[in-house]
Amino acid sequence: MSDAAPPSPEITDAERAELRRHGILLTSIEELYNWGRSNSVWPLQFGLACCAIEMIAASMARFDIARFGSEVFRPSPRQADLLIVSGTVTKKMAPQVVRLWNQMPEPKYCFAMGACAISGGPFKQGYNVLKGIDRYIPVDIYIPGCPPRPEALLHALLTLQEKIRGQTISGRGAPRYLQPDAACDYPVPEFGAHDLEPPKNPDVWRPPALVRREGA
Amino acid sequence: MESPEQIRDRVLARFPGAPAAVVSNPGPAAQHSLLLGAEHARAVAEFLRDDPLLRLDFCSNVTGVDWLDRELVETSRVSTPDPAGGPPRVTEAKTRRLQAGYLEVVYHLYSVALKHGPVVLRLRTANRTDSVELPSLTPVWRSCEFQEREVFDLYGVVFRGHPDLRRILMWDGFKDHPMRKDYAEPDDYEWEPTPHAEVMAKARRHYPAAGAGGAEP
Repeated sequence: MSDAAPPSPEITDAERAELRRHGILLTSIEELYNWGRSNSVWPLQFGLACCAIEMIAASMARFDIARFGSEVFRPSPRQADLLIVSGTVTKKMAPQVVRLWNQMPEPKYCFAMGACAISGGPFKQGYNVLKGIDRYIPVDIYIPGCPPRPEALLHALLTLQEKIRGQTISGRGAPRYLQPDAACDYPVPEFGAHDLEPPKNPDVWRPPALVRREGA
Repeated sequence: MESPEQIRDRVLARFPGAPAAVVSNPGPAAQHSLLLGAEHARAVAEFLRDDPLLRLDFCSNVTGVDWLDRELVETSRVSTPDPAGGPPRVTEAKTRRLQAGYLEVVYHLYSVALKHGPVVLRLRTANRTDSVELPSLTPVWRSCEFQEREVFDLYGVVFRGHPDLRRILMWDGFKDHPMRKDYAEPDDYEWEPTPHAEVMAKARRHYPAAGAGGAEP
């Protein structure tokens, strides 16, 4: 250390690696907390359609989601960290999905797995298919595919772990559940005469605002 | 297995007052069906199930068809002989007739015991609006229960004698029957890159061009 440079309040990664080489391990509460959280993301045991078959395959020996700490599929939303919306969400099922999401304790995360959960997929114009679960609950990772391969689900899990490791405990980067004014309860839609009421939660999702070119 | 005509003849012999006709299928499948009257359908169904030559003990599929009102054009030819001895004069007369629409329920029957089938039954309602009752065949074939509920849900056919007639796919408060041909879906289009003519028309309606003023509701 030279006398000229003022000591930085934060330790750099290079300095930390140097300390680790000497057998000194430095960490912060935040890092430890996120390291623990990101390596034991417990999904809810909840499948909706054919994507659920891929989710099951990902949990079995060949793809082995246990390598990433997510093998504990919980049968109760109260013990789960991750909701994998795996398959077509019908309008009749959507209130139950939102209800499950509301029953999960924070911190919680959501995957929209497959074309149907993302946008309604091939059934988008249908009379009983929700055009994407992100209308009612905030989705962290979208997994495209019809259905996605188990590797895609594993990739989404790794991406989620990265996201969790990047979250801070306090300040502006804090996750939703640590912000005092954030909503923790999402309104469950009601069955209307032709559609769900309301058809979307405007706090979570708004339709795309596009302006067409003249003559197009 | 007997042909549909043979089955029809035996049904007519057994139930003299019952309307029964063969609806032929001109397609390559050539799966001709048996059109029954609503009043005797239940008795005829029991006959088909219990008859030793048919023993149709399994109903594999129940489905609905919505037939809208149709205008039928019938052409009749009248030939009048020429008094002068020439070739007869042929005049064509076209008559237009409006055939009222109806809802149709189709049952596919098999015999597990005799390993034959299918025999296709059709039942038709009187119209599409207020007289949509048909007898339920669930007491004859138990497997009809959910599928008749589905036809009730999506087409609006009311099955008399069904043990538990509720909607099955849509929720209870849902209005209308989505598989009917005149079903109007809620106008909830959003942009998507699908260049179909119908979708493009919706896109124009929902996303006005720049400078064209406000959006239509």
